[in-house]
Amino acid sequence: MKVKCFGIVKEIVNQEILEIDGNVKISTVQELRTFLSKQFPEMSNINLCMVAVNQSYADDHTVISSKDEIAIIPPVAGG
Amino acid sequence: MDKLIDIKISDKVLSVDACYNFVLDQSCGGNVLFVGTVRDMNKGEVIKKLAFESYVEMAIKEMKKIAYSCLEKFDAKKIALHHRIGDVGLEEIAVIIAVSAKHRKAAFEACEFAIDELKKSVPIWKKEYLENGSYWVNARP
Repeated sequence: MKVKCFGIVKEIVNQEILEIDGNVKISTVQELRTFLSKQFPEMSNINLCMVAVNQSYADDHTVISSKDEIAIIPPVAGG
Repeated sequence: MDKLIDIKISDKVLSVDACYNFVLDQSCGGNVLFVGTVRDMNKGEVIKKLAFESYVEMAIKEMKKIAYSCLEKFDAKKIALHHRIGDVGLEEIAVIIAVSAKHRKAAFEACEFAIDELKKSVPIWKKEYLENGSYWVNARP
């Protein structure tokens, strides 16, 4: 599963696209959050981030697979 | 090419004229421009520059949603939303919103709604460069 990273998240994981091993079972946004907060202790506040699936904001129950375009959206600050 | 909304994210200098000219319409007597520029202080700290990053494909979609809801909610005629990305220096333009409507009230309200919504939902991030370091605005991991 590939996860796009931006802003502070990109700096924490130190890459633009985080590749998660296919053996890791992640089937919902909530499972992705849990995985990331374990993998990257600095992301303990990951609940402040939104998750986008196929370029739309998703909720924790949204089902995801490696076919989806997934992105972590840290708190936005445009304008 | 959509004639009622003009959405742009660019790493080049933004043009107020381009936004203004886009929204001008014979049926409209009220035109409101919001221009957000980079200021030199934030929370008592001296700013040297800002750097904006975006998830461009999604940001464009979110900006389109905002633009269309402006047209519907406020009876605005045309709207331009332009946002800069990359490094932006002091006094340079970070964002422009232009709205035209038949009368001024709708144009003012639509413009304010657009910038408020943009700040809430559009995936754009801002890094402030201070004299002793830099940090992402709103992000405290």
